[in-house]
Amino acid sequence: MTTIEALRSDISARFPNGDFQYETVIGDNVLAIPKDAILPVLRHLKDTGRFDFLMHITATDYPERAKRFDIVYELFSSKTYNRLRVKCAVGENEKIDSAIPVWQSANWFEREVYDMFGIEFAGHPYLTRILCHHQFVGWPLRKDYDANHQQHCTDTLPIHFPEDPKYRPDPNKDLLPLNIGPSHPATHGTLRVMAELDGERVVRANVELGFLHRCFEKMAETHPYNQVIPYTDRLNYCSAPMNNVGYCKTVERLLGVEIPPKAQAMRVILCELSRIIDHIVCIGANAVDLGAITGFFHLFQYRELVYNLFEKLCGARLTVALTRVGGMAQDAPQGWFNEVLQFCDEMTIGVDELERMLSRNKIWMQRMQKVGAISADEAIMWGYTGPCLRSTGVALDLRKAQPYYGYDQLDFDIPVGTTGDCYDRYLVRVEEMRQSLKIIRQVCKNVPSGDYTIRDKAIVLPEKKDVYGNIEGLMNHFMLVMKGLRPPKGEIYDATEAANGELGFYLVSDGSGCPYRLKVRPPCFAIYQSFPKQVTGGLVADVITILGTMNLIAGELDR
Amino acid sequence: MATQNASSLGGRLDVGKDVTEIPQEIGYTTTLEKIAAWGQKNSLWPMPYGTACCGIELMSVMGPKYDLARFGAEVVRFSPRQSDLLIVAGTITEKMAPVILRVYQQMLEPKFVLSMGACASSGGFYRSYHVLQGVDKVIPVDVYVPGCPPTPEAVLDGIMTIQKMIEDHTPRPWKDNWKPGVWR
Repeated sequence: MTTIEALRSDISARFPNGDFQYETVIGDNVLAIPKDAILPVLRHLKDTGRFDFLMHITATDYPERAKRFDIVYELFSSKTYNRLRVKCAVGENEKIDSAIPVWQSANWFEREVYDMFGIEFAGHPYLTRILCHHQFVGWPLRKDYDANHQQHCTDTLPIHFPEDPKYRPDPNKDLLPLNIGPSHPATHGTLRVMAELDGERVVRANVELGFLHRCFEKMAETHPYNQVIPYTDRLNYCSAPMNNVGYCKTVERLLGVEIPPKAQAMRVILCELSRIIDHIVCIGANAVDLGAITGFFHLFQYRELVYNLFEKLCGARLTVALTRVGGMAQDAPQGWFNEVLQFCDEMTIGVDELERMLSRNKIWMQRMQKVGAISADEAIMWGYTGPCLRSTGVALDLRKAQPYYGYDQLDFDIPVGTTGDCYDRYLVRVEEMRQSLKIIRQVCKNVPSGDYTIRDKAIVLPEKKDVYGNIEGLMNHFMLVMKGLRPPKGEIYDATEAANGELGFYLVSDGSGCPYRLKVRPPCFAIYQSFPKQVTGGLVADVITILGTMNLIAGELDR
Repeated sequence: MATQNASSLGGRLDVGKDVTEIPQEIGYTTTLEKIAAWGQKNSLWPMPYGTACCGIELMSVMGPKYDLARFGAEVVRFSPRQSDLLIVAGTITEKMAPVILRVYQQMLEPKFVLSMGACASSGGFYRSYHVLQGVDKVIPVDVYVPGCPPTPEAVLDGIMTIQKMIEDHTPRPWKDNWKPGVWR
């Protein structure tokens, strides 16, 4: 029995009168339900143990429909690795029940949907704008909002906290409000943390985000498929090629094409190189925050080496836009794979030196151990993925769970921690760098021969010698540039294991040259949500440690 | 200081006695403005306002390979009151605009602004509802460095341009005519 049939029999036994539709769209299981049933259905799916992750909540706007919006819940199971998309149609002025009683992580996801579409969630405790500024009027991701209509913001919000009826300040204590960011060296970007301190202890905390909301999703709707790739670079800019790969993989699955083995191998190498340099930035910046600036200078040497490799491949250092739908932008230059192997040897020494410098360093251990510890259950409830989840002991890695690009043929391990504290996160990252080196070595030693891209005329531009050499090539080039590649109608959710965790793309195509809706599920959005809770009760100095080990990249957090 | 700089500083300092008696090895004569400009340009204290991808590339500029310290600008200050060069590295959104305005106003004179990258200079390819179309809409910018992100060499060149401006006392009408809170 397939998953969707099992689900059908299970849910129809529990909800015999429900008007539910079950289907499998391009390999994804979809369950469409009326909006009143959302809370009981989600609760049932969670309580029966079928799904333990709420990956994201988003919406799509269809202005011509009677019920204008589709609200989409993406569920995942860390045991069976099944996914399910639950959809409800909601009209313009209708409310839908908030999913917070079932999944705490729904809080920010719903705020984002409210911010972008103006859909209200009944029972949400703090339904305010999250990404756009507080003076913003209108709902930007609705189809009738012009992408180029800017609204100026003239002041910043004072220090504020969500209303909590349970919170009773002690009248005998004089609490000190503290604001960190959005321009602060330890936030590595544009995060704002607000706290109330009793001496050195944090009594309550809140965060404000959206200072780098660059409207990625709206930009994707106004650009052809291949032109979205440079925008994906700038999501997690510490490991840009991974975003390229994640996006292209989604579009390719929607198109139903498989890329050639050589392109797959190149993508794996790029992903693992990016994972290494992402962890370098994370650990290096962490070390700076805790006073060890040498670590940063030392690690950045190795980052420069990877930049050199990228530069040889495409000319750019940071924002590479290396992939295209259907494969890679170009072939690797001669000898490139050998240079990658050479880098692996240097980096192996680098990781050892890093460990010698930090792992047994007394200050480092005292600042990191038992700080920001989180249990596996709690982490799953918040929607943690990536190194932060694995540090709690959950061996969930999409490279093993849902292997792509031949990861199942490669020999590597998933490092896991035990306590989920900052020190474990650091150790997991260090070991992941070693495992990535192991993967790169294996791939580089047997690079498949053949083409670096598919040659489907409706998807990939012809080579320049054909464009200038014959009329078919010229016509093909012209048509593809003018009309763009056009995937079939449909929708899809696809995820890859990025450096920070699950990087998912939810893509809706209406058959035109631009995506109808593209939603990114950034890994650190869900992780950051638990931040106020994690720092409350701790020391103010630990705020910085926890912030650093979560590896928040404002580009993908705010999009 | 190298000997050839002595002539570029020019002039003669009035020290109350016959300056020809001071040997060239132990002293030079110049004007106060020039010696101040010389000192200022070689000890810029940048405030890295890294918001996005350019911030990561700015790390490389500070890092071991490109090493901004060679240009006398290694004392990175995150307090605007201690710095005289604001490096705007990354996209400035509408939400960030009032923050960067306040940061700029907190800086003490003389102050310079370097806009690093396409987003800070013009909004870049984010022609979208929440992105400020160039940081010069809120604060005056002295040097624009193109690129997305610019290479570290380009940023170094931008900083050297600012050094040249300081040395030459280049007039800056965009700054003199600027008023806070006016969106251009």
